[in-house]
Order: sequence, then structure tokens, then C-alpha cells
Amino acid sequence: MSEQKRKRPATKMVPVQTRAIVPDRDADKSPILECHHLGIDFGGLTAVNDFNLMIGRTEIAGLIGPNGAGKTTVFNLLTKVYQPTRGTILLDGEDTSKMTTEQINRAGIARTFQNIRLFNNLSVEDNVKLGLHNHIEYGMWGGVLRLPKYWKEEKHAHESAMELLKIFEMQDLANAKAGSLPYGAQRRLEIVRALATNPSLLLLDEPAAGMNPSETAELMDNIVRIRDLFQIAVMLIEHDMNLVMGICEGICVLNFGQVIAKGTPDEIKSNPVVVEAYLGKKDKKKKKEV
Amino acid sequence: MKNRKLSKASRRAFMTYAAVIAAFVILQSLAAAGAMSSMLKGLLVPICAYVVMAVSLNLTVGVLGELSLGHAGFMSVGAFMGVTTAVALQNAVASKELRLVCALIVGAIFAGIVGFLVGIPVLRLNGDYLAIVTLAFGEIIKSIFNNLYLGIDSHGLHISLLDNKLRMDEGVKPIIGGPMGIGGIQKIANFATGFVLIMICLIVIFNLVNSRAGRAIMAIRDNRIAAESVGIPITKYKMMAFVTSAAMAGAAGALFALNFSTIVANKFDFNTSILVLVFVVLGGLGNMMGSIVAAAALTVLPEALRQFADYRMLVYAIVLIAVMLIRNNPTIRAFTGRLRPGKKGGAKE
Amino acid sequence: MSFLNSLISGISLGSIYAIIALGYTMVYGIAKMLNFAHGDVIMVGAYICFFAVSRFSLPPLVGVLLAVVVCTCLGMTIEKLAYAPLRSAPSLAVLITAIGVSYFLQNAALLLWTPNPKVFPNFFARKVAAADGTVADQTGMAFFDGALRVSYVTLVTIGVCLAIMAVLTIFINNSKLGKAMRAVSEDKDAARLMGINVNTTISATFAIGSGLAAIAGVLLCSAYPTLVPTTGSMPGIKAFTAAVFGGIGSIPGALLGGLMLGVIEILAKAYISTQLSDAVVFGVLIIVLLVKPTGLLGKVVREKV
Repeated sequence: MSEQKRKRPATKMVPVQTRAIVPDRDADKSPILECHHLGIDFGGLTAVNDFNLMIGRTEIAGLIGPNGAGKTTVFNLLTKVYQPTRGTILLDGEDTSKMTTEQINRAGIARTFQNIRLFNNLSVEDNVKLGLHNHIEYGMWGGVLRLPKYWKEEKHAHESAMELLKIFEMQDLANAKAGSLPYGAQRRLEIVRALATNPSLLLLDEPAAGMNPSETAELMDNIVRIRDLFQIAVMLIEHDMNLVMGICEGICVLNFGQVIAKGTPDEIKSNPVVVEAYLGKKDKKKKKEV
Repeated sequence: MKNRKLSKASRRAFMTYAAVIAAFVILQSLAAAGAMSSMLKGLLVPICAYVVMAVSLNLTVGVLGELSLGHAGFMSVGAFMGVTTAVALQNAVASKELRLVCALIVGAIFAGIVGFLVGIPVLRLNGDYLAIVTLAFGEIIKSIFNNLYLGIDSHGLHISLLDNKLRMDEGVKPIIGGPMGIGGIQKIANFATGFVLIMICLIVIFNLVNSRAGRAIMAIRDNRIAAESVGIPITKYKMMAFVTSAAMAGAAGALFALNFSTIVANKFDFNTSILVLVFVVLGGLGNMMGSIVAAAALTVLPEALRQFADYRMLVYAIVLIAVMLIRNNPTIRAFTGRLRPGKKGGAKE
Repeated sequence: MSFLNSLISGISLGSIYAIIALGYTMVYGIAKMLNFAHGDVIMVGAYICFFAVSRFSLPPLVGVLLAVVVCTCLGMTIEKLAYAPLRSAPSLAVLITAIGVSYFLQNAALLLWTPNPKVFPNFFARKVAAADGTVADQTGMAFFDGALRVSYVTLVTIGVCLAIMAVLTIFINNSKLGKAMRAVSEDKDAARLMGINVNTTISATFAIGSGLAAIAGVLLCSAYPTLVPTTGSMPGIKAFTAAVFGGIGSIPGALLGGLMLGVIEILAKAYISTQLSDAVVFGVLIIVLLVKPTGLLGKVVREKV
């Protein structure tokens, strides 16, 4: 019996709540995202398995877990960078199994990346305008022939871009080359660009990475502000527990590709399985020696 | 703020237009006044053709960021189709200029179509593999034209691959004669038309780059995965750049061919593709003005070096290597970097 | 029977392409650059051997050895002068420099050795006395009453190719330098941190590639005796295509790619059309790359998102 126990992975499986942690204000609206039994295998390795989640329409949700747990893989599954091996994703009730990454964005999911992916040779404003790309209404010939629509839409785009940059107080950096910005500004630009695509669900992958406490506090305010202004849902991957516990309304914990806990911040904080996943098992032997 | 930003990109465009117009005016006056050597006079049309080849390749390599090693293939398509059109219209249309314009348009259209067909498989690949496939297509196009026989008579169009018996009316010779290419071409290309072609291509490229589509193309170059994540259809914009580039190369090919009495498919081979690539890299990726200067200078240079007779190509090769070494030497790059404090402002590098 | 003749011919040509492709693939794997001048090093090797044997009447083996030595030095010199300074430059810049070196070699050859074609001697002909007392050259063996002809050149070419592949594979997998080469091709900086002299390793790679090029040049001109300064150009392009076809950076890939390319080319010449054979060869390449985008034996590198 004890040998069998030693062979099992470090975390135990506990039955997770199937009820979504949806904020009361959204209880009467349908969830913006539903994942049912989502999973992906890479050759012999199962990176994510039996992932179930529901996110409320204006919920700020957190996805946490130790490094290598599969959190970014979940993001990649949601945005179809990887095609799921099994399971379904419903975005606003619509099955996304046949969609490509571009189509997913048009359907309403935008994301930022763990390793910043900006268009480094283009200006800050151009980066934001690329987020606005699908909302600018003129085609190739409109641009080449400089038809009236070009001038009207470009002016529009410029104004929208500046408004979006103002949220993060970056309007003065509009003409700077994106690749020349300091690290924190680059992270914020990525968020602005994602917002520009007018999503209903915003996925942020470690938005506070490399930020000091005051920058993190500012980011927390901004994320809540964005949610209130645009009435969208946000899911973020983070390691900074202050941020996660501070603004997330529902948290999902991953380890080894499986969901090990779901709940409100208070529930998660006191969940022994989660503690064990992050800190490791308490060694009973050592306790005896002391 | 908007006006300042718009004019930075526009300023570069207008400076390029101004430089080209000035060059045209100066060269045309010199030629008309008889103050130009016959060598240079003979090079005016080829320079225009190479300039258009270079700026069009710059659209694929510099703006889209994909290495194309088969650009001469599109030039070839434009050349053969354009000249065929000019020959076919010889009796129907009296005006030389009109025949030339028709040839350029037909050349561009056919090259654009070929660009589209080639793009379908090519643009799904990335990096070195894309480059190899463009090289392969260039060779295939050359091989096909080397074996193509085409003629026009009272019954219409006769085309055949490999078979040199076209069964046409008595006394009517084929236009394209397989490895013999096209002979007896009337040299109707002129510098003014070349200049207009350059201007049209520059305007299309600058307007394209400074618009929504251009941003999308450059986004694909800078970070394809990020571009996908903001909903940009990758294949559509890759194709847009590629086909536009091919069509312009086709027009350039037609212009080039109508400056010679004979053209053969082997003239548009891998070496020509490489030649144009050298223009683009030397002039700076994405820098249209640079491509123009490089194309013009490097077309004139071998002729100007004629006095060195046998050694001139050797000198050309040494100059090329030297320029690349100097440009990319880290010490020199640091030096020029310090000369431009405004450009490198951030903490990134 | 003619199919067999063509097949053997194709394998022979393919062996030459494979040896050339080895040079491209090894250099690409280690220095991540396309050495456009490789095809012209082949040409230089052929010329050196030609002059050694024809002008100075040296024995063929000495001629080949001389060619290998000269080409090895040439390859290392080119690397030191033209490529090493650009190691941190964008790959397009190195590509253009390589093109410059290629032009340089071709034009230097034009100046030194004139564009007049040279006829490469056949090293593999035996003098055989015929029944009427005359002495003739026997250049190969015949089977099935002359229906199947295999020339000595073909046999030697295929044999040399297989030998080179075997020796190289053993070398790469078992020797210290081979291990260093594999390390540098995986991660240059990590290799440097492990104490591997990256510069020496890269020089050695160019040396081996160029030495092999000399051998390829001799074999190429033994099979196709016309030698001009542009002789190496087209085989160079085709071999480079073969290297990509088989999976760039992979040594067995170079062998497979080279052999397949040679066979397809000869079979296309025999059964479809001599003039369109190039189109067929490149067409097959395109189809293969569409199905297997990283080449037949290439590694699929997953991009991390």
C-alpha cells in the first residue's frame, strides 16, 4: 500500500466544484467562456487534461499554478495556437472547434504573451492600430489610391489609438519605436494592443512579470478599470499572489496539466492541496525530530 | 501629433519621388543635348528595369520579410508575354508608345497571375524553405520558356511545349521559338516610359506601405504569431505583397526585353535573381531610395569599369565583399550608432 | 535494362550531389549560413587536379590530394576573411557576402584559366589489347551482352560517396571534434561556455566541407569531362536544393537528398524530356517540401509561443 502511494504524483486529486464561480452580478447572464474536458497531448506527453472552466461575462478570473503546470498551454488552446486533442470550447455559446487563431480573435478573444511579442520595428501607435486592424474599413485599393475612405478611417484609427493609449498614460510615446521602450511600457503596450481588438475576453499571460510593487498596484487598478470601462471578462495567469488575490473573483489552480482546485480567493488560500502544490509536502519525519 | 507622424513617412516618400524626378530631368536633358556617352544612353532603359526589379523585390524581402530567390522568373514571364503582345499588335496598333504600354500592362498581369499561382504553395512555408521553393520556381519558369513555342496566325494562337512544329500558315514564323527565344524585336522601350513605370511602382509601394495593409504586412514580418493573435489573416497579406511584387517585376521584364532585339529564357536565370537581391540588401531592406541608388549604381559600375577590361568583374566582387564587411563590422556599427542619438533611445538592446 | 542503366547513372550523379550537399549541410548546421561559394570551390578543385595531371604530369592520386589540400586551405581562408567577421550580422548579410565570394572565385578562374573549356582526363580507363593488336581504352564493364554498361567512373563515384558517408558518420559520432561540431550546431554559446573553441570548430567544418568539394569536383569532371569556370555553379545549386530536400543540417539527409535528386534528374532526362528535366527535378522538390516542410529527414522545430 505504501509503495503505491509513493508512485503517485505529488498532488492529490480532489473533486472540484462543477458550479462556476460566477460573480452575482453576472449570475443571470450566460458565461462568456465554457471549457468542457479540454485536453491536449504532445506525442506521449499529456500537457493538459480534463480542463473544465466557466468564466462570467465580466469576471476577472485567475489561472495559477507552479511553473510547467500548463497554464500558457491552456491559453494557447483557447486561442487555437494549438488544436485541442479533446474537449470543447464555447465562446459566448459558440463552439470554436473549427476556428483558427485569427478567427478566434475576431470572435472576441484577445491575449498577451509570456515573452512579449510586439511589432518591434513599428511605432507604438502603429502597434495599437494593428489591434484596430479589423475595425478600420478600407481595403488595399483604398490605401493605394488614397480614396476618401482612407483619410476618414485613418483619422478615426488615430483618434481611437490615442484614446486607448491614454488609459495607460502612454499617449506621449505614440511615435516611439516599440522595440525601444522599457520593459514595463512594452508590457502595457501589449495590453493596449489586445484591447484595441475589441474583445469580450482578455487573456493576460503574466502581465506583472518584472514589475515592482508600485507598478503592480497600478496594473491592478488598470485591469479593474478596463473591466469596468469595457465590461469585458479578463483571465490572467500570474505568480504574484498579491495581484491574484487582490483582483481575481474566481481562481482556477493547475498542476501537471490538471485542475486541482477552483474557488474564490479565500477558498483557494486555505486549500491544503494548493499549498502543497506550491510548497511541497510537509515532511512528517522532520517534524518528529524537532 | 497626427500631422507630424503622417508627414514623417510621407516626407520620405516625397523625397524619393523628388530625387527620381530630378534624376530623370537631368539625365533626359543630358541625353537630348548630346552630352551623354553612348554607353550611358544605352543603359538608361536597363537601369529603369533594374530599379523596378529592386523596389519590387524590396517589397517582398524588406517589407514582408521573406527571402525570394526566384524574382527573375517573374521578370521572365513579363518579358515573354509583353514582347509577344508587342509583336502581335505590330500590325494592329501604329503607335510605338501604345504598343509599349500594352506590353507592360500584359506583362504585369501575366506575372501577377504567375505570382499568385506560385504564392499558393510558397507562402505556406517559412524562412529558408520558402527561399528554396522560390528558387525552384524560378528554374522551372526558365525551363518552361526554354521549351515554349508560340505563334499567331490567321487561325489564332498556337502554343506548344517541346514540339517545334506549330503547324501555322505558310510563311508565318513563330514568335517564341523555344531555346531561341524571341528574335527580331522592335526596340520600342524608351527612358520616359521607364521613368513613368518607376514612379507608378514607387507610388503604389509607398501608398501600400503607409496604409492598413502595409502595417499588416510589416506586422507579419516583425512577429507572425502576434499578428495572428490580433486577427490579421496572414496568407492574404503575404499574397498581397508577393503578387504586387511579381506584377511589378513583370512590367520591368517587359520594359527590359523591348530594349533588345533578341531575348532568351536563360537571360532571366538564378544569377539575375541574385543580382537584384544584391541591389536590395546593399540599398537597405525596406529602404526604397536605397534600392534605387544601388540598382542604378551597380548597373553602371561594371560598364564604367570597362577600362579595367578583364579585371572589372573581379573588382566588382571585391567591392561587394568589402562593402558588406564594412557595413556589418561591429566597431563601425557602434560608431554610426553613436552618430544618431535620437534613433536608439531605449533600454532594449 | 535501359531503366537499370539510367538508375545506376542517377545513383552515380546523386552520389556527387550528396558529397557536395554534405558541405552545404554541415556548414549550415554549424554556422547557420548558406555558403554560396561552395559550388565554385568544387570548380577550383577540378582545375587544380586537371593542371596537376595534364600540365605537370603528376599521378592522378597526387593530383586529387593536391586539389584536396588547396581547396581545404581555400575554404578555411574564405571563412576567416569573409564569414568570420560577420558572425553576429543578420543572415542576409552573410548570404550576400557569400555571393560576392562566389563571383570572385568564378571571375578569378576566368582570368587565370580562360573561358576555354578544358577536357578532364579519365583516370579510370584501362588500356586493353584487342584481338587485332591495337590498344583501346576500356572505361567500364558490360553485362548481359552489353545491354548493361557500368563505367569505372560510376563505380568509383558511388564507392567514394559511401566511404565518405561512413567515415564522416563515425567521425561525427565518435571523435572529440565531431562532438564539438554537434554541440556548436545545437547551441553556440553553450558550447563556448563548455570550453569548446567555436572558431576552431567552425574552421574545421569549412575545411572538411571544402576538402570534400575537391573530391566532388574530380568525380564530377570525371563523369562530365568539360571544365569551365562556371562548371560548379549549377551542381552547387542542385546540391544545395538536395540538402534542403533531405533536411538541412542532417548528414543522412544530404545523402538521401543527393541520391534522390540524381536519380530523379536522370530518370526525367530519360523518360520525360532532356530539356524539361530541370523543371521536373525542381517540381518534385516543391511537392516534397509542401508535404514535409522541413525536408525528408529534417527536424521539426516547434516554435514556443
